Amino acid sequence: MPSPVNKKPSATADAKAADSAQSASPALSAPINQQLTKADKIALFTTMMRIRRFEERSLRAYQAKKIGGFLHLYIGQEAVAVGCCSLMGKNDHVITAYRDHGHAIAVGMGLNEQMAELYGKATGCSKGKGGSMHFFAPDRNYWGGHGIVGGQIPLGTGLAYALKYKGLKGAAMAFMGDGAVNQGAVHEAYNLASLWQLPVIFVIENNGYSMGTSQERSSAGDLGKRAAGYDMAWASCDGHDVYDVRATMDKFLQLAREESKPAVVEIRTYRYRGHSVADPDNTYRPKAEIEEYRKTKDPIQVFQQALVAEGVLTDALIESIDQAARAEAEAAAEFAEASPFPTPDDIQKDVYWEADNPAERKSQGRLFFD
Amino acid sequence: MPLITYREAIRHALAEELERDKNVVVLGEEVAQFHGAYKVTEGLLEKFGPKRIVDTPISEAGFIGMGVGASMLGIRPVMELMFWSFYSVAFDQILNNAANVRYMSGGLINCPIVIRGPANGGTNVGATHSHTPENVLANHPGVKVVVPSTPYDAKGLLKSAIRDNDPVFFLENTILYGDKGEVPADEYLIPLGLADVKREGSDLTIVTYGRCVLHSLAAAELLQKEHDISVEVVDLRSIRPLDIDTVLASVAKTHRVLIVEEQKPFSSVGSQLAFMIQKEAFDELDGPIHRLTTVDAPAIYSPPVEIEQLPNPQRIIKAALEALQ
Ligand SMILES: Cc1ncc(C[n+]2csc(CCOP(=O)(O)OP(=O)(O)O)c2C)c(N)n1
Ligand SMILES: [Mg+2]
Repeated sequence: MPSPVNKKPSATADAKAADSAQSASPALSAPINQQLTKADKIALFTTMMRIRRFEERSLRAYQAKKIGGFLHLYIGQEAVAVGCCSLMGKNDHVITAYRDHGHAIAVGMGLNEQMAELYGKATGCSKGKGGSMHFFAPDRNYWGGHGIVGGQIPLGTGLAYALKYKGLKGAAMAFMGDGAVNQGAVHEAYNLASLWQLPVIFVIENNGYSMGTSQERSSAGDLGKRAAGYDMAWASCDGHDVYDVRATMDKFLQLAREESKPAVVEIRTYRYRGHSVADPDNTYRPKAEIEEYRKTKDPIQVFQQALVAEGVLTDALIESIDQAARAEAEAAAEFAEASPFPTPDDIQKDVYWEADNPAERKSQGRLFFD
Repeated sequence: MPLITYREAIRHALAEELERDKNVVVLGEEVAQFHGAYKVTEGLLEKFGPKRIVDTPISEAGFIGMGVGASMLGIRPVMELMFWSFYSVAFDQILNNAANVRYMSGGLINCPIVIRGPANGGTNVGATHSHTPENVLANHPGVKVVVPSTPYDAKGLLKSAIRDNDPVFFLENTILYGDKGEVPADEYLIPLGLADVKREGSDLTIVTYGRCVLHSLAAAELLQKEHDISVEVVDLRSIRPLDIDTVLASVAKTHRVLIVEEQKPFSSVGSQLAFMIQKEAFDELDGPIHRLTTVDAPAIYSPPVEIEQLPNPQRIIKAALEALQ
């Protein structure tokens, strides 16, 4: 099913819709949004569009059996990663779970290396060793891509610990889903972060469901409010509105960077696709609910309407951004297709630093066994 | 050479490495103000201050995971587990995150963490506190596993572990903490993956590590005196990497092998050793490879019976005589 931006956008019609539906986002007036130039706004919009087109293209590749394993699409949640990552400074870091393509694009990873990773190719960001759930780009302060629900949250806390230890003014954003909040490791990390005042923001991407279990069926109470039990600040914001994401996150990022204060931010969002592409998505939520979100809350549509109303986007510009995103995703698929697979010889590389750096090896004995 | 305890040897290694590298930080339950549940870290807080020596809440998954994350950004955390037995509540952080992150990132991320603490039975603390997880840990490619038996080895190996760029799991022994041994005053390192022949002999090779080395040496002494049997004792010191060459050289000399380990039998370190010895030195063997392990049950509490559940010199002598039949 095509997502809303698939239909040819009409700027005027959209502007009218935006006008009649609601007026401009209240978050637009936040200083962090006021300082956005036209070009910045177009860049945010473009990144969201690139995520969507990348995900749609990867779905087609999956259906064509080019991709193995799981594929968890970020479609519908684009404003969250893009809003958060657009605020990153030199010493800010990101870590997330297995629904990790959106964050990867938002921190600036190229589509080629990502698509190639999905194809299991040697040119992939993890040389074909991680797959969809395990993208990494430490050079962009992006620490994955983690497959165990909630398992990345102590790691994100550790990134913050390292920042504080080194005296760097930065923050770690540790993303998780609404299902992850019930993991013990998450609560342990909350306690450590608050106890030691570590500059970490725990970002709950609340898309309403953990696989097929709705929030109401898995979590007691308000998700963000749990922070209060650990004496941490918390807030909730609208993940369909990139301005709101930025305005809310900016406050907490500043507190983290300047005063080394942790926080929990729940960002309400929605995924249109199944949990993974293997999920037929026909048992646990009504179709009408998905349609309602698509029609009224799609983050790209919402932002597009806002930018048209602001006079930043025109029909022609939207069309060219969309076409470029599609072309880029297509080129990434071609790149992935043309790339070589790793060889069986590569299986045992990247296991030990020492094995990969034999000249500097200090230990002796066998590292690998038959 | 100064005589110091195993505990002091570990402490000295920590102190020297804390001194050498400001990114080394010691974290764990009770390591700072309480001076360590087994007093290994005594005095370190006073010397290095609370930034370097950090008391954590009882939160193994949280703080070990935090250490793993910090190590990805260049910190070199040395995390104390009050008992290695508690690794089970941090299993995901240790064996999914620390062990896999380098691989899954295609070699982009390193995890130079050390996790250390005691892993042994024999102190009548029951099944929950007596695990010996070296086989479980070593089953995970990407990690290194070290089990020192003497103060000298403990110090030299720990210093190497802290400088290592891969995750190293360092398994100590509460019963050995008070044992004294000669340790040079000058700095030295022992490379991981280098076994040590602790006693030379010609009739039987005992391959062992950890506290079982001491039992094996005591047994070897008696076997020599009472049975005129000459036993060679090979201390692996490191489980992964594994110095199989030293083991095979000894087998080529004695042609008989007894593996002694404080492991449960199923898929133990000894199972792997036995496989490798038969595969790589089949023609050298004059008889089947024998193995003495902990008696296969959860650790019993009853003090006199726990001694019998674990390898001890008497059980080793019996097993050695069987191996030589
Ligand atoms: C420890 C663990 N348990 C279960 C799973 C299987 N699993 C993968 S994703 C998922 C749902 C998680 O939902 P949520 O945290 O809301 O994230 P979302 O998928 O919505 O992004 C489950 C149960 C897992 N990967 N890890
Ligand atoms: Mg969810």
